[in-house]
Amino acid sequence: MVRKPLAALMAAAFATPLGVAAQDAEIETLREQIRQLEERVERAEQRRAAPASPAAPAAMDSSRSMLSDNTFNPAISLILDAKYRNLEESPETYQIGGFVPAGGHGEEGHGHGAGPGERGFSLEESELTLSANIDPYFSGYFTAAVTGEDEIEVEEAFVQNSGFVPGLTIKAGRFFSAFGYQNEQHPHAWDFADIPLVHQAFFGGNLADDGVQLRWVAPTPLFVELGGEAGRGANFPGSERDKNGLNAGALFARVGGDIGFSHSYRFGLSYRETRAAEREYDDSDSAGTEIENIFSDLESKMWGVDFVWKWAPDGNSKARNFKFQAEYFQRKENGQLGYDFDDITETFAQEGAYTSEQNGWYAQVIYQFMPRWRFGVRYDRLDSGTLDYAPVASGALTRDDLQLLRAHEPERSTAMIDFSPTEFSRLRLQFAQDKARFDQTDNQIVLQYIMSLGAHGAHRF
Amino acid sequence: MRILFAVFILAATSLAWVAPAQAKVNVFACEPEWASLSEALGGDKVSVYQATSPRQDPHRVEARPSLIARMRSADLMVCNGAELEVAWLPVLLKASGNRSVQPGQPGHFLAADQVDRLEVPAEVDRAMGDVHPYGNPHVHLDPRRIAKIGAALSQRLAQIDPGSADYYAARGRDFQARWREAIARWEKEAAALKGLAVVTYHRDSVYLADWLGLKLAMTIEPKPGIPPSAGHLAELLTRLKADPADLILRMAYNEPKAPQWLAERTGVPIAVLPFTVGGTREAGDLFGLFDDSIARLRKAAGR
Repeated sequence: MVRKPLAALMAAAFATPLGVAAQDAEIETLREQIRQLEERVERAEQRRAAPASPAAPAAMDSSRSMLSDNTFNPAISLILDAKYRNLEESPETYQIGGFVPAGGHGEEGHGHGAGPGERGFSLEESELTLSANIDPYFSGYFTAAVTGEDEIEVEEAFVQNSGFVPGLTIKAGRFFSAFGYQNEQHPHAWDFADIPLVHQAFFGGNLADDGVQLRWVAPTPLFVELGGEAGRGANFPGSERDKNGLNAGALFARVGGDIGFSHSYRFGLSYRETRAAEREYDDSDSAGTEIENIFSDLESKMWGVDFVWKWAPDGNSKARNFKFQAEYFQRKENGQLGYDFDDITETFAQEGAYTSEQNGWYAQVIYQFMPRWRFGVRYDRLDSGTLDYAPVASGALTRDDLQLLRAHEPERSTAMIDFSPTEFSRLRLQFAQDKARFDQTDNQIVLQYIMSLGAHGAHRF
Repeated sequence: MRILFAVFILAATSLAWVAPAQAKVNVFACEPEWASLSEALGGDKVSVYQATSPRQDPHRVEARPSLIARMRSADLMVCNGAELEVAWLPVLLKASGNRSVQPGQPGHFLAADQVDRLEVPAEVDRAMGDVHPYGNPHVHLDPRRIAKIGAALSQRLAQIDPGSADYYAARGRDFQARWREAIARWEKEAAALKGLAVVTYHRDSVYLADWLGLKLAMTIEPKPGIPPSAGHLAELLTRLKADPADLILRMAYNEPKAPQWLAERTGVPIAVLPFTVGGTREAGDLFGLFDDSIARLRKAAGR
């Protein structure tokens, strides 16, 4: 993740480039905004002179109320998120057994949303989003997360064109990959306090990439969407490669529709390929000595299938609604693995071909049983699958010399209940039994609030 | 991998070009009332898709895949506007990849933009609940405003489908004439309702009250979009007993329990109104919507 001073980011976000063709329209818009501002000032002054009820009936001059998130341009929203966690095991010891850690050095503090988080009270990421139409051709979107450790991460920053070719949406910049269903959601839209284990193990949290995305919606009554991404692939499971061209690519296809007004569904298939020139991680050998292993020339291929089904009586989700969501991911990696890197001689104790095939899935249901109250359960399961490593096959090492990559089937069961006084606020209590570690069960209690200030965000299906 | 991408892009773009030309104007109507108006004005020159059912709360609709698919092929989008659909319409517009319905295009028609709106707040603060900075959005329960919106929609149809401009003009004139007659009839029928003090669940009956001269004495929701708590209901009960109202209004999509609870304890009659086309069996089109609403108001009020 790129970190920059906040001021520079704000300046960049507001320095909207003007297309020559769009200048006149832009000036017109600005004039209109000034006129609105003057009106507001006038009204405010009148109010101070004669305090009236805030919703006093008043007629408004007709002509305009452009469909936008905010009277102002761009729409600004800020998400505040804080948690209290009671974790039975120290998060310092957290690992997803059988899987190469996404951050390289244990899960803690690496990747967006990986690991169980900190014990006690903690401020989570505050998400600042700015979005607006740039001109008649492009719209822009920017989300920065200010972490509890006072760092700024650009989560998403992209420009988008919708409809240059009928049905085609083009996105360029940094964005959450459309691989699967959950990955495109920001933490505030998650149905649980944390992201599924498959995302933590295979992406280190939300998978974001710098690149280009195309998605095309077919002109059919049945929702059919095809899409592809080409990107830099610098994030786990890829790495920086210092090369031109594509380092990562993804393809995805979705179909979706309704059964009456009460039921709707979406089914998707995704595929993604990326490469790592060099990717290191910390492990320990069979004697318990800490070692550093390094992957090179690694090719990582993933495919996934996702399904979402929503129900609300007559489509009216305000009182009651139900949601089922499940995803299955599989990953195949092959490349070279250097075992026990020696910093002084810059050599490995062992080296050889590495192949692994791993998978994982989760399924969850969310039920809103009365207005504002929701209840949900989720089950996560991973399978460390098969691992072939040449030094193990030749007998130079045993499987136990790769402690972290021993066979394991991590699982986690989660239950949550949340209360949303309005669309803009949510309070949540969550309990999870996490068996991601090899031989420990971590009972986790999380108390959380998520609140949103500013523009009324619109949520995807 | 790269070849796969090239093939995909080629396939996607070429498929887009061979999309079959539609003879009829495809209209995506966000709510039933605008679907009904589009059908009335467009006749057999339009094919109307109604995005939501009368039982849905138009504030709270999911941006379902099926809606994206329909928006994708729309030539004209007819929605309410004034931020009623702010939680879902922007997603549909972005995801559809359909340029002709984006804001600023002729295919982007917002009904509330065509008329004056009531209850435009002097200031907006979320502490006031889900308030709309552009005023109360539920403009369709005033038939005088429907007439204005209809006139604008007829023009818009002619702009989008100039080949049938004469057809839309003739159909528009016919609709307006019948609508004027109907308004005169409704106003006569509802004359006895004037001045009635009514309790409303959500402030979605403001335009109806404005037209018929009803007095909105009380709102069951403590703030827009926030359901009443037990304490708030008890307070309403005390106020209602001290200062009785003539009618409690509940729209078909509002939750029924709180109005029922109040009615049972105060003896104030409830009028369950269709709110939109299809909200009751009798409200089959826009004419039926007002016929039935007034009939139900009169029946409940005994006037």
